[in-house]
Amino acid sequence: MAWETVIGLEVHVQLRTRTKMFCGNRTAFGDPPNTNVCPVCLGLPGALPVPNAEAIRLAVRGAIALGCTIHETSVFARKNYFYPDLPKGYQISQFDRPLATGGSVTFESPDRGRMRVGITRLHVEEDAGKLLHDRYPGKTAVDLNRAGTPLAEIVSEPDLRSPAEARAYLTVLRQILIYAGVSECSMEQGSLRVDANLSIRPGGVTKLGTKTEVKNMNSFANVERALEAERERQVALVESGRRVEQVTLLFNAATGQVKPTRSKEESHDYRYFPDPDLPPLVLAAAWIAEQRVALPELPDAKRGRLENEYALSAQDARVLTAEASLADYFESVVEAGADPKTSANWVMGDVMTSYNETGSFPVSPPRLAALLALVREGIVSHQAAKRVYTELAMFTDEEPQAAAGRLGLVQVSDQVALSGWVDEVLAAHPNEVARFRGGEAKLMAFFVGQVMKRSKGKADPKGVQPVLQERLLQTA
Amino acid sequence: MSGKVGKRESGKATARETIARLVKAEPLNAVLHWSHELLDAEAARVDAMGAPGALAAMPIALKDNIVTVEQPTTCASRILEGYVSPYNATVVDRLRAAGAMIAAKTNLDEFAMGSSTEHSAFGRVKNPHDPSRVPGGSSGGSAALVAAGVVPAALGSETGGSVRQPASFCGVVGVKPSYGRVSRYGLVAFGSSLDCVSVFGRTVDDASRVLSTISGPDPFDATTVNRPPMRVPKPLADLRGLTFGLPREYFPTDLDAGVAAALRHTADRIRQVGGEVREVSLPNSSYAVPTYYIIAPAEAAANLARYDGVRYGPGHIGSEGDIRALYRITRGEGFGEEVRRRILVGTYVLSAGYYDAYYRKAQRVRALIAEDFRQLFDAGVDLLLTPTTPTPAFKAGEKTEDPVAMYLADVFVCSMSLAGLPALSLPVGRSEGLPVGAQLVAPHFEEERMLAVAGVLEQNLDAGAEVR
Repeated sequence: MAWETVIGLEVHVQLRTRTKMFCGNRTAFGDPPNTNVCPVCLGLPGALPVPNAEAIRLAVRGAIALGCTIHETSVFARKNYFYPDLPKGYQISQFDRPLATGGSVTFESPDRGRMRVGITRLHVEEDAGKLLHDRYPGKTAVDLNRAGTPLAEIVSEPDLRSPAEARAYLTVLRQILIYAGVSECSMEQGSLRVDANLSIRPGGVTKLGTKTEVKNMNSFANVERALEAERERQVALVESGRRVEQVTLLFNAATGQVKPTRSKEESHDYRYFPDPDLPPLVLAAAWIAEQRVALPELPDAKRGRLENEYALSAQDARVLTAEASLADYFESVVEAGADPKTSANWVMGDVMTSYNETGSFPVSPPRLAALLALVREGIVSHQAAKRVYTELAMFTDEEPQAAAGRLGLVQVSDQVALSGWVDEVLAAHPNEVARFRGGEAKLMAFFVGQVMKRSKGKADPKGVQPVLQERLLQTA
Repeated sequence: MSGKVGKRESGKATARETIARLVKAEPLNAVLHWSHELLDAEAARVDAMGAPGALAAMPIALKDNIVTVEQPTTCASRILEGYVSPYNATVVDRLRAAGAMIAAKTNLDEFAMGSSTEHSAFGRVKNPHDPSRVPGGSSGGSAALVAAGVVPAALGSETGGSVRQPASFCGVVGVKPSYGRVSRYGLVAFGSSLDCVSVFGRTVDDASRVLSTISGPDPFDATTVNRPPMRVPKPLADLRGLTFGLPREYFPTDLDAGVAAALRHTADRIRQVGGEVREVSLPNSSYAVPTYYIIAPAEAAANLARYDGVRYGPGHIGSEGDIRALYRITRGEGFGEEVRRRILVGTYVLSAGYYDAYYRKAQRVRALIAEDFRQLFDAGVDLLLTPTTPTPAFKAGEKTEDPVAMYLADVFVCSMSLAGLPALSLPVGRSEGLPVGAQLVAPHFEEERMLAVAGVLEQNLDAGAEVR
């Protein structure tokens, strides 16, 4: 039987604030355990939460970027459960009155082309701490540095139909949130976490099957792998006449398998109720409008604009908008006078290579534009320009022209010099000269190459060919 | 007199007197923590202050659910035995900055849950007027200390009458401010939407000065209201132009005769000094206690979840790695019976399938109760006058086996907590030797008016006299 897979994702992103959701402690990652804590995030008797305005602002930004309706009044609620990493015995979250609802993400599905996934809701909440199981033999330690870190939870509709589609959605969701400045969205550092809900149903059936929740994936690739494993597990269960039970499963990246946690403990009644320590969160419509205006251009819009404004291919525009800083860099190079298509090729080539390695742009846009101008004017060759670029990346004060000169990479188009190199090459390759004159016209490229080599790349290739032509025909 | 020398000596001298009184009051079991050393240090601190402050060298006792760095904070619970807070409550910082000396931490019903201060893990508090009787609760230790003349003022906390009711039983002034007027930061939470740090005073003026000092917005408490601190009211000569409502629901036919007589007497005095007295109605009053006993336990169940044995409590670990056993044993042994009862009730009313029938409905009734008050105040009533309690102080042990009877001791004080209104209890006379309190209730943030009126009544009534 053909099974349809139905997937919905719950994504938690850490809001990019300096301090925690309800207190003034730092949100730094990787500090020694229990150093970024205070009475509030430790849940000490008498301590009270006060909302972090910046966290709210970032969550609103994210919600706007996802096309959600922002609610002028939302309510913090207590989610009650016992766990050693949860210092108050409840998590401050939002329940029946979330910050935002009803958005969507448009993305390119590998299976179905361009499509929209509905965003059910976006709400703000605080993170729990961490249990350290490997620190003391036979014991579990609690690190509360992460407790109280501000999160936005983004719940998608069950609109996704394959693990690959889920991964593609996550890639675009992450891109949007990074563009909007909402979160670092780093799965390695835990600033983006994914819980996935998956069910299967026979093709053509509209009723949803029993869903399971898969957790513990540390990369988008592993989300895809985990969902594939869970899909297979469900299909195998149903095809062998058994039923899918509503369980939570943990993904094991080493084995590629998913394994149910003890299911009985998962039937939580969280007893949500409005947190009496926090008045309803009321946002002025005018303030929300300001946030909307302040939102930077998002990937989709930027991609379209780059295509139109610079006559780039869809593929080039997609590559350049992978990150906002890359697109910004590209636009600055063009603004400094370079040709868009040439700039795009450079940004997608050498610039992106060094950006991926160092996370920065060592050659400022005006310097790159100046280098490209040298190429355009025939002062340095394309090949030589790549070497000049490497120099410019190392010596950030030097101008391209000076660097090319220092390296002896300024092209020679002087007829006398070119003739000298051409004569030397022809004298050194009498056989090839004879073959050329015998009709092997394609040897021209060989002679050009030899001249470039002899000139150590300095000869202007555009000037070499006429001289070669002249000499080869002349002596015949 | 040289102000400087006088000031320098005042803390030290007051501390010495207070120490002597604390020792003498020990049989009341009103105090959980105090020491010569800490009081001496407080005296030295206030004597070294550049300016004497509004509460210069006033010794003040704190209910032991208000956190302080220098003493333990136990909430009269085994589960917090030995716990010392790393920070001071906002009210403590404000008192100290105003020159007050923290004299003692007082006994209470465990986690402020109770109406008699019999539910303390560290033994019951005795009423100074009759040691066989309760001082009321849950702030019974603070009430008893003020009544015994050990300190002129003390802080308690109210969730549903826990200062007004013991003030009435002990014959002192007890003032609950509007919700949001005083920071809760550092008050160990019980029912967060109801909790108010509240004040006991020997006199209306003592209570006013303390309340004025601790009131005002606090960036650490998002529920404080952005209004300037309450001012100490200017004395009023009489009550002309003021209308007092007497809600008929607060004067049932079975009201204790002594209490009824004291209230009649108080109403007469109000008229004599120019006030108008009018019978009014608060029709939803009878729902206050049941509503309170849904909302407060629901909030308490969540607020007390943090005492799970991981960081507080005796730290029993059950069978290896069994976290559930840790929770069960810690909470089973660490909490007393009344606290466990309320956690169970609170968990129940928030459970899936019961939330709408209990918690949501209780919130609706709470809104109706608040609306009752609003309508009266909108209709020109300036203040309400009611008895604070249906009877004077009852005997120890009288209600401990009957939780509902105990809860009904708060029948006249719950509504104001649910509505977030300021209210106070003022001693207005004695019945068979026991103090009787009258309650004044004011509109939101009208504490100054309420205290000014209480000042007039204080002048015109003999709280020590028998009424009949």
